Amino acid sequence: MSKLKLIIKREFIAKVRNKSFIMMTFLSPLLMVGVGALVFFLMKKNDEKVKKIVFVDNSTLFSIDDFSDTKTIHYEDFTDLGIEETKKKVENGDYYGALIIPKKDSLEILAQSIEFYSKESPGLSIINSLEAKIERKLRNEKLNYFGIDIDKINASKIQSSIKMFNFSGEESSKLINGLKIGVGAIAGYMLMMFVIIYGSSVMRSVIEEKTSRIIEIIVSSVKPFQLMLGKIIGNASAGLLQFFIWGILIFIIFTAASSIFGIDMAEMQTSQLSAEQLEVAKKAAGGDKMQLIIQEILRLPILKMFVLFIFYFLGGYMLYSSLFAAVGAAVDNETDTQQFMLPIMLPLILGVYVGFATVINDPHGSIAVLFSHIPLTSPIVMLMRVPFGVSWHELALSMSLLVVTFVFMVWLAAKIYRVGILMYGKKNTYKDLYKWLKYKG
Amino acid sequence: MSNLLEINNIVKNYGDFRALNDVSIHIPKGSVYGLLGPNGAGKTSLIRIINQITMPDSGTIFIDGEPLSPKHTADIGYLPEERGLYKSMKVGEQALYLAQLKGLSKTDAKKRLNYWFEKFDIMAWWGKKIEELSKGMAQKVQFIVTVMHNPKLLIFDEPFSGFDPINAQLIAKEILQLRDEGATIIFSTHRMESVEEMCDEIALIDKSNKILDGKLNEIKRQYRTNTFQVGLHTANPQEVEASLKQNFEVLPPDFKLLGKELTLNVKLKDANSSNELLSFLTSRGQVQHFVELIPSANDIFIEAVNKNS
Repeated sequence: MSKLKLIIKREFIAKVRNKSFIMMTFLSPLLMVGVGALVFFLMKKNDEKVKKIVFVDNSTLFSIDDFSDTKTIHYEDFTDLGIEETKKKVENGDYYGALIIPKKDSLEILAQSIEFYSKESPGLSIINSLEAKIERKLRNEKLNYFGIDIDKINASKIQSSIKMFNFSGEESSKLINGLKIGVGAIAGYMLMMFVIIYGSSVMRSVIEEKTSRIIEIIVSSVKPFQLMLGKIIGNASAGLLQFFIWGILIFIIFTAASSIFGIDMAEMQTSQLSAEQLEVAKKAAGGDKMQLIIQEILRLPILKMFVLFIFYFLGGYMLYSSLFAAVGAAVDNETDTQQFMLPIMLPLILGVYVGFATVINDPHGSIAVLFSHIPLTSPIVMLMRVPFGVSWHELALSMSLLVVTFVFMVWLAAKIYRVGILMYGKKNTYKDLYKWLKYKG
Repeated sequence: MSNLLEINNIVKNYGDFRALNDVSIHIPKGSVYGLLGPNGAGKTSLIRIINQITMPDSGTIFIDGEPLSPKHTADIGYLPEERGLYKSMKVGEQALYLAQLKGLSKTDAKKRLNYWFEKFDIMAWWGKKIEELSKGMAQKVQFIVTVMHNPKLLIFDEPFSGFDPINAQLIAKEILQLRDEGATIIFSTHRMESVEEMCDEIALIDKSNKILDGKLNEIKRQYRTNTFQVGLHTANPQEVEASLKQNFEVLPPDFKLLGKELTLNVKLKDANSSNELLSFLTSRGQVQHFVELIPSANDIFIEAVNKNS
């Protein structure tokens, strides 16, 4: 077996056998799903109690039909009871609140004079929905007053939905744009998490070899570069295995949870889409939301996205983890790493923030394009842009910049690594690292 | 006897600092070669170059007649001064891993390890983690992983540091046995008594330069001062001392005898006049003590380094 393979195998096994790795692998999906289910459960419970809202309509404009009940709100007409009696009853009884509609001379004044009394401050969504009901009713009254037929107004409503194409004939819609943002953001964020978790795992592994003093024995058998590469690949393999197990576990747990607790997966997913996107969805596909989403997903350039995802994921991880390895070599223990960590973390975090801030607004805006070419941020930002379709020449430039930088950085990191691993008991500075770069062989 | 290792004109710089300045050393096959020198002299730099951990800026190295190349890592066993093992890895797995990195196949590695583990009677540790072993136990494992692949060349950097006297003796015995079985050994140390005990040849490195090398006996001969310790039973010590002073250089004694003899250190003009001194002494009394003062490795070390500075 080649030496590199041996190193990869050892690093992989050392990582996978580690107790905290095993705990992380099996507990975090449970935790994630558990917390998710808990939040969902609590949200449901929170809404469950039916709220009783009463109204006193002295304007005689409204009827009980204008206040149709929903799943969580039940309306009652207390006009006959009078304002004072109603207030008393609501205050002492099992009611959520009272809507008082006074008699006014004009609709405009009336619109500003309606009051709502409740024991505690009402939720924003309830007030919004009451205001919407009142506005609709008063508008209809006004149309009546102007002598306009409401039915004709309703019949005249036309909704337009612009179909979006690019010149290579790919169609897009608002829904698919939402999906693209989602896919890109998840990919970019995952890359950042992967780099941070497994990059620092590479770093810790380097520090461990230094503090246990086995490093000189190892490098008398293999080249330091081989050792560094083996560590990077070994840790990444353990990481991919962990991600893979997480994926499977989350899928299993979700399936089990939804069949046990009767949570409708389709409902859960669509409830996360904005109302606007839902509207588009409803109109387009005759009601079947899931099917539509699947259709839209299938319309994404999936193969291209997958290939690019792998490329940027590997490129980004290798680039950063070689830097993490160099940092590990430059220090004697983990507490000394801080001064060297900032320049690594900064572009990572910048990538994610710039990605979220610019790509969502305009995936082809100048800042998004710039950061998807700068090699330290490009893996994250480009991954976010890819679902929106990036031209091949832009991709080629960004990818070649990444490859060139990757080769340069690995060379740089290997130089620092090679010298650093044999430096014990000295707190090194950036000046030292610079000096090491000039050492030959 | 041919040389196993020929190091020619090695220069190594770290930035502006020259760690090795044109160092040449030839190490005969089957010898124990002492690499001596004060801290920071360049010994570790040289050892790392032999191990191909770092590359020299210039100069050549031949091992068994071939230019040193990566394939030769399998021919070298190295016990560094800064040493250790993976703490949370099991002893057996770890030894197997290190043996395979040295190029052994898994089955060969297992065979060799079985031999050594049985020899040191530590088979029971196979499944234990290093962190569960005592320091002395870990040192034994460390020694085994250095020698298990039967290398032609063994390099020990301060091998006895951290060993208790019993383990140190065990290791010293093993090292000499490995030499007798044909291995060549480079031995870098500060402990001069182990140099006397073990080394056939030495090289002394100071301030990046080799200042002395050769067979230990020959070096000692070079450094002899023709000084003899003399102990004489005589009725008239003052008169004997006075007449000795006319022919020889007489120094105060650096030794003690049991009786009340006259004790002196006498320095001769050359080595061949020892009989002259002896016959003079026998004519004046009963000779109790007559020994040439041979410089120890320690004396040579200190003198050579002082001369160099």
